[in-house]
Amino acid sequence: MPQVKHQMNAVLDTHDKETVANWPEWFRDQQAAALADYEATPAPTRKDEPWRFSNIAALDLTAFQTAGPVASEGRLINASQGLEKFSAKLIFGNNVLVHQDTESLPQGVVLKSLEVAARENEELFRTYFMAQPVELGSHKYAALHKARLTTGAVLYVPKNTEIALPIELFHWVEGENASVFPHTLIVCGENSKVTVIDHFKSSDNKRAFACGVNDLHLERGARLTYIAVQDWSRESLAFHINSTIVGRDACSTALNANFGGGFVRGESLSRLVGEGSRSEMLSLNPMDGQRQIDQRTLQDHIAPHTSSDLLYLNALDDKARTIFAGLIKVGKSAHKTDAYQKVRNLMLSDEAEANSMPGLEILADDVRCTHGATAGEINEEELFYMEARGIRQSDGRRLIVNGFFQSLLGRLKSESLRVYLGRMISEKLGIRGRPDY
Amino acid sequence: MSTTTKPEIGIDRSVGDFRYDVNYEFDAGTGLSAKTIDYISEVKNDPAWVREFRHDAYRKFLEKPMPTHWASNDLDNIIFNNIRYYLSQGTQPKRSWDDVPEEMKLTFERLGIPEQERKFLAGVEAQFDSEAAYSNIKAAVGEQGVIFVGSGEGLAKHPEIFRKWFGKVIPTGDNKFSALNSAVFSGGSFIYVPPGVKVKHPLQAYFRINAENFGQFERTLIIADEGSEVMYMEGCTAPKFETATLHSAVVELVAMKGAKIQYVTVQNWSPNVFNLVTKRGLAHEEAEIKWIDCNIGSRLTMKYPGVVMKGRKARGEVISIALASDGQHQDTGAKMIHAADETTSNIVSKSISVGTGRATYRGLVHVPKHLKGCKNNTECDALLISSKSRTDTYPAITVRGQGNSCQHEASVSQISAEQIFYMQQRGISEGAAMSLSVNGFVNDLVQQFPMEYSVELKRLIEIEMEGSVG
Repeated sequence: MPQVKHQMNAVLDTHDKETVANWPEWFRDQQAAALADYEATPAPTRKDEPWRFSNIAALDLTAFQTAGPVASEGRLINASQGLEKFSAKLIFGNNVLVHQDTESLPQGVVLKSLEVAARENEELFRTYFMAQPVELGSHKYAALHKARLTTGAVLYVPKNTEIALPIELFHWVEGENASVFPHTLIVCGENSKVTVIDHFKSSDNKRAFACGVNDLHLERGARLTYIAVQDWSRESLAFHINSTIVGRDACSTALNANFGGGFVRGESLSRLVGEGSRSEMLSLNPMDGQRQIDQRTLQDHIAPHTSSDLLYLNALDDKARTIFAGLIKVGKSAHKTDAYQKVRNLMLSDEAEANSMPGLEILADDVRCTHGATAGEINEEELFYMEARGIRQSDGRRLIVNGFFQSLLGRLKSESLRVYLGRMISEKLGIRGRPDY
Repeated sequence: MSTTTKPEIGIDRSVGDFRYDVNYEFDAGTGLSAKTIDYISEVKNDPAWVREFRHDAYRKFLEKPMPTHWASNDLDNIIFNNIRYYLSQGTQPKRSWDDVPEEMKLTFERLGIPEQERKFLAGVEAQFDSEAAYSNIKAAVGEQGVIFVGSGEGLAKHPEIFRKWFGKVIPTGDNKFSALNSAVFSGGSFIYVPPGVKVKHPLQAYFRINAENFGQFERTLIIADEGSEVMYMEGCTAPKFETATLHSAVVELVAMKGAKIQYVTVQNWSPNVFNLVTKRGLAHEEAEIKWIDCNIGSRLTMKYPGVVMKGRKARGEVISIALASDGQHQDTGAKMIHAADETTSNIVSKSISVGTGRATYRGLVHVPKHLKGCKNNTECDALLISSKSRTDTYPAITVRGQGNSCQHEASVSQISAEQIFYMQQRGISEGAAMSLSVNGFVNDLVQQFPMEYSVELKRLIEIEMEGSVG
């Protein structure tokens, strides 16, 4: 194995004084500690259980640098098109907030950049910002994220507030070897309801480094739908570290759609801390070329009467490689837990490789936990059926893959989300026209 | 049913809890060093290559780290220097029943191998501590050309077959404990079944530990030549001791073209035994290897029987039952390595965790590139009896390329309170109802065991469950 340097010298040495200065003094101290933590934490090896089957060589950060200003903010703002109707939009380009549209949000809702919130909503920031230890392997990279963070989004939805239309957040990266550190912090107050879409995009085809973290907190009875649409350039290296804390009777639905990235490491933790809470964890990953995705998940049942449901779908073409390691953990007092976990791999080529490690750790007895993992190929009969009706085999294959992913969208309640994501899947698979839902 | 009022389940271990004083002729003392290995080699009159093999393995054992980065930290409680690596009453295995000392016969009697059973069993290779104390092959089997001897005798008398496969399925450095076994192995069986021979009766071996702080390191090698069939049965009980005991066996199976091997284990070591076993089979074209594995005893068992399917249409199967009672950790599973087209494998694992017991399933399924038509099916079901029980499932499945299919399903549940209530209403005691329920849970697997074993297993489960409710 080649010797890999995990230091990210260029990024760490160059300090952009202007943006750093926006943080309050106490947070800059925390950043210095995080940097020391990053440097002191050994780089992962494949012998570390959380990195089993992973591609350690892909973690070489030496080439990456701090992202400079984007060439044209206007161009990014124009390109930040998501849903037709939305309630608010923030756009970040290379770690800088370039656009903010929050006027139509209901009274009391806070949606602002992180560094502003650190000053104006200090208590909220201190309580929730990266409050969860990173347990799924990327502690080192989360420390790097914190050390190099310049901005991000904070959303606070007050008690009993419902935001009907989705909030959209765009995180752009631009330039060769540019590094971005997107962050999204969402706090849903009691019985609030909101939908948030995080868009992660490259404005060019250049190789970039993204190291993102999000913190989602749902208080009693809250409902959150969180969609991450990851579409970094095909060469990029990306970390996405998510943690979701679900309070009593609250319900979280999170979908990670990974369309881009060369090597993507995703860590998603859902902690069910309140009775009656529920978490749905979904992911769809159309993989091709030499792209790799390494996903680690934890469904952590702490309180009794909680439920979680995970469904990850991978389609693997060319030399694509996927790693899924999921764990359902049921604590001693989490009786009446109902947990489900499933990963399905659709193998489309002879060179693709799927690794699945669905895990269970059960310490309570009155539970129902099931998990499953499958790997299979396209059913020849289905292809034949389509061929018999004049659909070429290559088109038939695409249609089947499309159907495979579209099936997952049925889990989303909002039709506009289903249509938007459905169209995006079809587009990425090269299918024209509106698919049949 | 409330989880707090659930009765505790204890286990009556007195069934296998007995020992007899034995005067050992050879004793390597406690601790492990190059000298210990020389001592064993001398006592066993090893040929030079075996001595070299042992020393090489010992070096590998020292190099290998303890696998605690993924396995239980309880392994750190094994003090290698406090273990006896070799005890023996003599190097020649006994040939006839009359030669077996009276006190050993008593031991076998309590284990349930009465003298008369010989009539039903093709041959009994009963291991008493390190050396095979008794070995008697029924004439019929011998006439068919089947070799069934202790591993020491095997390597001395049949080196041409033995050496070809010994250490080939499980390399010395496979893991720390296979290296340890390779360094100090003694006892175990060597079986060779000639082409086309179908051994009608199962071949049996009983193993026992009967000295404190003494580890057993048996080494078994079974070769089934083209088109032959054989079933091997291994059962263990062990007396209770106060200090930890280590058991670390290596079992290698080789099934040539079209051959079938079934390997049946019932493990019931006393709850102070570390049972760290490496078992693997190599299946050639259209061959079939089936591991039927039941783990009831020991303090910590780590055992993942595997099959390397090397030839086209080879088939591997693991049927596993684990019962983890108070203080026990059954860390069991299976490994299926597909290395040829159209190979199929099947893993069915059922575990029951009782009291503070912990059952872990660890699995590995590997389908490499450019293979076609490989299939794997894995099912793991876990039953939790009390609120302090624990169960884990850690499978790892790698599939490269299309044209293969793998599926893994696992579920965790508890005994249905309704079922228990239903039975109680009909006058069945809670304990009996629990044991019926548990027996129902594992019934389809128990039936795959040979008749004597399945009867014994059912009784064992009944005893363990019934004595516990009160």
